[in-house]
Amino acid sequence: MGLFKRMEIVVKSKTSKLLDRFEDPRETLDYSYQKQLELLQQVKRSTATVVTTKKRLELQRAKLQQNMQKLDLQARDAISAEREDLARLVLERKKANEIEIENLTTQIEEQEIEQQKLIQTEKKLSAKIEAFRTKKETIKAQYTAAEAQVKVKEAVTGISEEMADVGFAIGRAEEKTETMRAKSAALDEMVELGALDEIGGEDEIERELRKMQTTTGVDTELEKLRAEMGK
Amino acid sequence: MIIRVINEGQYEVNDDLLDDLNKLDNEIVSLLESGDETGFRDVLSEFVSMIRDNGTSLDPETIVESDLIVPPEDLTLSEATKVFSGEGLIPD
Repeated sequence: MGLFKRMEIVVKSKTSKLLDRFEDPRETLDYSYQKQLELLQQVKRSTATVVTTKKRLELQRAKLQQNMQKLDLQARDAISAEREDLARLVLERKKANEIEIENLTTQIEEQEIEQQKLIQTEKKLSAKIEAFRTKKETIKAQYTAAEAQVKVKEAVTGISEEMADVGFAIGRAEEKTETMRAKSAALDEMVELGALDEIGGEDEIERELRKMQTTTGVDTELEKLRAEMGK
Repeated sequence: MIIRVINEGQYEVNDDLLDDLNKLDNEIVSLLESGDETGFRDVLSEFVSMIRDNGTSLDPETIVESDLIVPPEDLTLSEATKVFSGEGLIPD
């Protein structure tokens, strides 16, 4: 079975649940409408969470940017005092800081994209809900049991497909945000402990590569500072 | 025929396209089975582009059932695996 057939099954199982719920089709319409409004609220909440996470990441980045200045001063102090070992240590930390700032910037951009997607989803869903409401009232006004079944089924099937679609978007956004929050909490802890150069979750190779990157950066920067300070 | 691309919207597409889409769908499945993430992404993207390029986007106020529902272009391999295992991606 192909991927789109599977996708269809995932989406349509939601529809049949909705259609089987009530005897009276009019109740199905009202219930479905209620669910749509709830879904819209959920989209709004998801957007709010994404925005909060983004703000938090921005705050962390600002903190690290401030840290950069501090570390720079420390490195200069160490050089003045002829303590190359110390200067190296500080510059290593500074480099790790810089890498983390880059990572945060990528994450902030991702959250921004997620936020825009959710806003689009909200707009589309609002339009659909409004259209459904009109349709629902029309069906109810012209209600005759015989044709209602068919019309209700059409309307509910169409909208519940949309709802499953939106549900997918929400699920994804939440998962992404959750991952980012966990990372962000871990980072807070690192910064707190001053252990930014020991970022976890990387394997041996990644660690080696980062170390190499850090060391090369440190050598260059040490030379630069020395030249600037005439040492 | 009406095709819904999840997270994107619905398109009205000529029925002739179905054969080509089916071919790509089969390819996607075998790439998924072999765990080829890059290949999977490329073919899925081609698949969705084909719908987009050959279809007309439906007005968001239209409420109509789709004949075909396809995953979003940026579906990851692990999400696709969930779809296949029947775990589902949409919370109840």
